[in-house]
Amino acid sequence: MASSCWGLPEILCEFPSLPNKTLRHMRMGIDDGFRGIVRAYSDQIDAATRPLQWFLNMLEHAFVDTPWFIIFGLILVVVWFASRSAKIVIGSAIGLAMIGVFGLWEDTMTTLAMVTVATMIAIILGLPIGILMARSDRMQKILTPVLDVMQTMPSFVYLIPVVVIFGIGKVPGVIAVVIYAIPPMIRLTNLGIRLVDKEVIEAADAFGANPRQKLWGVQLPLSLPTIMAGVNQTIMMALAMVVVASMVGVGGLGKNVLQAINNQFFTIGFLNGFALVAIAIIFDRASQAFGKRLQKHSEAGHD
Amino acid sequence: MTDVTTNAGTGPRSGIEIRNLYKIFGANPSAYVEKVQAGMGKEELNDKHNHVLGLQDINLDLPPGKISVIMGLSGSGKSTLIRHINGLIMPTSGQILYNGRDVVKMNEEELREFRRHETAMVFQKFALLPHRTVLENTCYGLDIQGVPRSKSEPVAKKWIDRVGLAGYEDYYPNQLSGGMQQRVGLARALANDADILLMDEAFSALDPLIRMDMQKVLLDLQAELQKTIIFITHDLDEALRLGDKIAILRDGALNQVGTGQEIVLRPANEYIAEFVREVNRGRVIRAETIAMPLPEGELPKMKVKASSVLEKIARRMADAEVRAATVVDKANKPIGVLDMPTILTAMVTPASVEEGDDAVEDNAA
Repeated sequence: MASSCWGLPEILCEFPSLPNKTLRHMRMGIDDGFRGIVRAYSDQIDAATRPLQWFLNMLEHAFVDTPWFIIFGLILVVVWFASRSAKIVIGSAIGLAMIGVFGLWEDTMTTLAMVTVATMIAIILGLPIGILMARSDRMQKILTPVLDVMQTMPSFVYLIPVVVIFGIGKVPGVIAVVIYAIPPMIRLTNLGIRLVDKEVIEAADAFGANPRQKLWGVQLPLSLPTIMAGVNQTIMMALAMVVVASMVGVGGLGKNVLQAINNQFFTIGFLNGFALVAIAIIFDRASQAFGKRLQKHSEAGHD
Repeated sequence: MTDVTTNAGTGPRSGIEIRNLYKIFGANPSAYVEKVQAGMGKEELNDKHNHVLGLQDINLDLPPGKISVIMGLSGSGKSTLIRHINGLIMPTSGQILYNGRDVVKMNEEELREFRRHETAMVFQKFALLPHRTVLENTCYGLDIQGVPRSKSEPVAKKWIDRVGLAGYEDYYPNQLSGGMQQRVGLARALANDADILLMDEAFSALDPLIRMDMQKVLLDLQAELQKTIIFITHDLDEALRLGDKIAILRDGALNQVGTGQEIVLRPANEYIAEFVREVNRGRVIRAETIAMPLPEGELPKMKVKASSVLEKIARRMADAEVRAATVVDKANKPIGVLDMPTILTAMVTPASVEEGDDAVEDNAA
């Protein structure tokens, strides 16, 4: 090695690192310690995740066991009420029909159930965290780097501790998806509230609004478009994450894609991929149209 | 400043008294109050200590039932001053007294109650809630007070009618023009039924014609309601038109306080003289101000009211082709005479500082 290094002494040639032995001890120490803690509290962890497990199973059964035409109709009704657009409803119908025709209905339902649960959790947790972050600059300073890490850390990496803690199955899958999908919800809630016109906030103050009245009467309604963009992003990221989550035992379209990768099944891979795309587009268009409809007051602008 | 005498307790209604108010912006404002009180200037505070002197030694009585105008250019501290009255900004030191209570000493809950029931505010950029209709916006103050819609909506409708927006109840603010939006802002403030009305450059964002229109709306409403109005403006014409009392603020200090006439006739310093030079004096100066003593013998036949402005009198005299008129008071009793040359001289001569009343001291130095 030293010869390829312009004849420099070793310390300048190779970056001085901790001895291998120390590193190994460190790694093993942390891993074992972590496993030990998890093992010690495994009962509590199981108990804590049981409601989630139950909810996931219930929703999956509901989606899978209900006759397809009912779910089909139900999705179209939801899309209609969200968007009030015949075009989006027809597009959704075509997308869902294609999924069914190519034999992916059941897997799609499994995926849908998981994405629904993950998105709900992300919204339920993300909204209050985003509100807290908007209210305190210190909170924003603490949370911003955490969110940066959550978004840039390769998702496979945090699958490892999730699997160590929760094992293999749907629950760790959902948790991994939530970790991946929650940052835009938090960020955009924070941003939306912070961008609310200062004069309007001052007006609320001047009329004697208390913090609760300000939050529900002014800040949340006025930041709703941004928050809806956050919901939309969260759904998209959850859908993108289901393939990775299938590595820890989540069924559905992601599992098919994973198998296709392992066996080089070109057609299966693309069919399942397109099924995910179809769902993503349905969700995206419906939620965006819904967000836009919530802003009907900003239509027909005067200037 | 001439009139800082306390007038509390002289009537059933309380005005607002601002006492020794200082506002310093910066990391540690309270550390510098005493130094500023001891005479440290704005420049020194800024350059050496990196703090900004927002307001210094403000003493001002805002009489009840009158329109008090606080006038100043941008950066003079006028918007800061008005925000002290409802506690949106707290002073570094000083008192703001209303009904014997000091706004500065109120806790959060008391302050909220004070804002809900005693004050209402109109904003330069309207600050309407974009997701609420005109009616819902007008109800806002009452919603905050917890008044049910069944009671607040009739009140809101009444004020929407009163500001001339009947039929627009279900429109959203951005479907309306600027002038109409500010009418909503005014209706929202009036629906609160508060004694104090704070208007922060309320008409500054409007076109000149619409601004005149809104000034008239405000004067008509005030004739009927007699609220304690504090009106902020950078426009002297607006100040003279609306203000029963005008306070001129410059660099965070009061330069002169008085009626429009006093300010136009006896500007306290060169800065204010500069301001009033362009004013249409015929619309400000009143007959009683320049009337000459009653002469021996016969009085001129034409009678003019003591409170009439010169422009009106001149027009009447020109129409009637007379050269002199008798000034009479409210009881129709002659108190003096006026002739055309006197009126013309008063209308065109710019006031000079040297003639200024001794009682008006120069505070800018």
